[in-house]
Order: sequence, then C-alpha cells, then structure tokens
Amino acid sequence: MTFVKALRCRECGQEYETTAKYVCEFCFGPLEIVYDYDRIKLNLTHEIIQKRSLDIWRYRELLPVEGEEYISLQEGFTSLIRANRLGKALGIKNLYLKNDCENPTHSFKDRVVSVAATKSKELGFTTLACASTGNLGNAVSAYGARAGMQVYVFIPSNLEKGKIVGSLVYDPHLIGVEGNYDEVNRLCSEIAGKYKWAFVNINVRPYYAEGSKTLAFEIIEQLGWKIPDQVVIPVASGSLLTKVWKGTKEFIKVNLAENHPMKVFAAQAQGCSPVTTAFLSKTDTFRPVKPNTIAKSLAIGNPADGYYALKAISESGGGAEMATDQEIIEGIKLLAKTEGVFTETAGGVTIACLQKLLKAGKLNPDLTTVALITGTGLKTQEVLFDSLKPISIIQANLESFESKKLASIENY
Amino acid sequence: MSVKILIPTPLRKLTNNLSEVYGEGKTIIELVNNLEGQYPGLKERLCDENNKIRRFVNIYVNEEDVRFLQSEGTSLKDNDLVSIVPAIAGGI
Repeated sequence: MTFVKALRCRECGQEYETTAKYVCEFCFGPLEIVYDYDRIKLNLTHEIIQKRSLDIWRYRELLPVEGEEYISLQEGFTSLIRANRLGKALGIKNLYLKNDCENPTHSFKDRVVSVAATKSKELGFTTLACASTGNLGNAVSAYGARAGMQVYVFIPSNLEKGKIVGSLVYDPHLIGVEGNYDEVNRLCSEIAGKYKWAFVNINVRPYYAEGSKTLAFEIIEQLGWKIPDQVVIPVASGSLLTKVWKGTKEFIKVNLAENHPMKVFAAQAQGCSPVTTAFLSKTDTFRPVKPNTIAKSLAIGNPADGYYALKAISESGGGAEMATDQEIIEGIKLLAKTEGVFTETAGGVTIACLQKLLKAGKLNPDLTTVALITGTGLKTQEVLFDSLKPISIIQANLESFESKKLASIENY
Repeated sequence: MSVKILIPTPLRKLTNNLSEVYGEGKTIIELVNNLEGQYPGLKERLCDENNKIRRFVNIYVNEEDVRFLQSEGTSLKDNDLVSIVPAIAGGI
C-alpha cells in the first residue's frame, strides 16, 4: 500500500506520475513527492510505529515506495546520545548528538540509498549509480550489492583512501574523475541523460532525498515524540537540511508530534560555504564557489537544494555558520575526547559551528539542541595525522615504563 | 560560428528528441536566442523575462560554469562545447 499521490514541481506545481523524473519539464524546478496526509493520519500511530523493526522502514507510510520488498541493511534508528560532557565544555545544557556513524556503511547516506535502491528496483532499473564525495558511493556500492544490481560510482579522483576502499570492497565500477565534485556531478548529469541507469542523486533524487526525513522522525520519536528547540545540520547540497525540516512538518501534519517551534542552523566549512554566505548576506542568489576545505563530504560549491535550505533556515528563525579547517579538526577532537564519538570532517564542521553559534549568542544554551553527526571519522583519518600527539614507545619492561614518567604516582 | 550544445532529457521534447544540437552566437544570450529560432519554446525554459538564466538551470562552456565567467554575457568561439544541466542533483 502506498500513500504517494504524485510528483509535484516545487516551483510551478505541475504534477507528474511517479517515474524516474526529477526536474519539471516546464520550469526546471525540482520535483517532490506528494503524499496523502489525510489517509496517513488515519493509518499511522505511535503504537504502530513502536511495534516495527528499528530501522527507517518503521516510518514506511511517509517514504515514497510502493511495495514492501525493501533493500535494507537495517539502516537508521541510530542512537540519540545525551552529550553532557560536550555540553559542559561548550556551555550548553540540553545537548544531544544524533550519531549516524552507526549506520551500515557508517554515514547517514544509508538512509537515502535504502530508499533509492528500493524505488529503483520497483521502477525496473538494473544499474544503480551516483556522483559522490565518498559516503554516498560507499552506500550505493553496499546497497547495490545487496540488491544484486550493477553499480557505477563516480568520485573526484583525489578522495580520501578510506572512502575509496569503503566502496571498492563491494566491487562496483568505481570511476575517479579528474575534477571536483561539481564537475563529477555535471558529468553524471550528462551520463544520466544518455544511459538507462538509476542515478540515485539525479534521476531518482525525489525518492532518494526523502530518506533523510527519517533523521527528523527518529529524533522526535527518541525525544518522546517531542520536537527539539534547535538543530544543527551540516550542509553541502542543502538536501539533508531541507528534508529534516520537511520531515518535522510532516510529523505535525499527521498528528505524530505536537506543533512546536524548531530553529534550524546550517553548518558549513569556510572553504565551501555558499549557503552560509548567502544567508549572512541576506540574498537568495547563489554564487557557486570552488571548494577548498578538508571537509570533502561537504565540498559542493554549487548546492542544488541551497535555495530551499535557505528558505527553511529563514522560515524557522535559525541561522548559519562556517568553520575553518583548524576549527574542524578541533571539533573532531573535542567530540571524541568528551563523548567518545569519532566523527568525520562533516561532524567536525557541525561541532565547530555549534560552538561558534553559541559564542555568538545565536543558539540558546538553555534549550533542547540536537547536533547531527552524519558520518564516521575512520573514513577521513588523514586529516588528523599531524594534529594528534605521538604515541610513546617503550621497551617491554617496568623500568622503561616508569623511566618515561607515563603515569603519575597517584595512579597506583 | 557554430557551437555544439548538449541538451538534457527534460528539454528534448523541444529539440525533436535530439541530445546534441548546433547553434550560433557570440555570447550565451545570443546563442539562446538563436536556439529559440530553431526550437521555439526553448528560451523560456532557460531564461526568465529579464533574459537572465533561471535559478534551476546550469550552463557550462567547455566544462566551466558560466556563473564563474560572465553569465549570460559569456563569450563563445568556434567549436566551444556548451552543456545545459538541471541544477538539481548531488551531495549531502
């Protein structure tokens, strides 16, 4: 049973059948899924959701697939961790971390790809493809393998080794393109126009992007069906932020959460901050940038959903911030040493921006705040090589240990 | 002077299903006007009423986004490759 009514253009409202179509033929605006919320309201309750398995498909009525043959690796329902020690370090009381490192390929991309792979199979595709900054390629490779599909992944050729191995192990066709992500993306749009493949972030994008809403659904459920006051989200294309906003509004619409104001904050790297820059200069016209940041998973200079991310930030009364490479590294280290969570550079951006937003008085330190940690640090270890203290090497005897004064006497 | 233009799927109904067409013009806007003559209806999909490229349209000349160049005024020379790509795609 599906509650999907149609694909509709966000700009001009033109409706289309639910096929692999992603832009409006009339105005080039993005297409979005329309659901029958009245029927969902009658069919979905807290009790029904709570009886289901702990993955994104517990919210299946609000996801855009027809059948129940999910291509799943039990993605989602990751921990919402109370972060008291980090909160204390930053001077904020009710801080939570949504830890999406726990997903099957260790980033939030498993949510969107599970939905995209499931829908692509329903539409009859046999090849799954994507343009990726790394995490998406890992997820597409894994879910494509699980679905028994042929997989093509296009990445910038200078990507971190951890992210290359994380795709290659699933045996996809992995193609390194000489250029940055925006160039990879343009090439993939051209390929998608020629080959009959399901490009998860191009022609299947309206379905794929919906998977990100599950982050909002879970946060609300994990807070006891309550909407948080503030949420800090890393931004590259702006799709995640836009969908967290949409998912929150949907839960209100179908009576799964009470209406409550939530401020949305965007976190970007200073070396690639078109959304934050546009927000701070109060314009909705984007100037694409050439990315130069260690946060490669956020290095999108021409953000497809930037316009809508800006609208969501403004509508919510939130804000936007950016972090330097050094601040990103400090953010990664601070999170790890206070909470035991090792995030990749995108999470470092989130923590650094959280800190800066607090300092600037833009985030209220007394309100319930959720920071999204979207991927694991094991994939981007290179950035830390020069900023961690060296290990102590000793001989295998007590004298050597004590002569280096590695432990103080109180520790006996 | 002639340049090749790559046409994305959503516009091919207007170009008799051709994925590549040829056009003429010294600048992007001149090229768009030339294409409009060959394939009526194309211009309004690409440009707004002020002759500016629409928000959701990306145009590249030899792989470079024209917004890094002179946008609608970007100059063209013989054998340039122009690619029209819908803005919606990609990333976190």
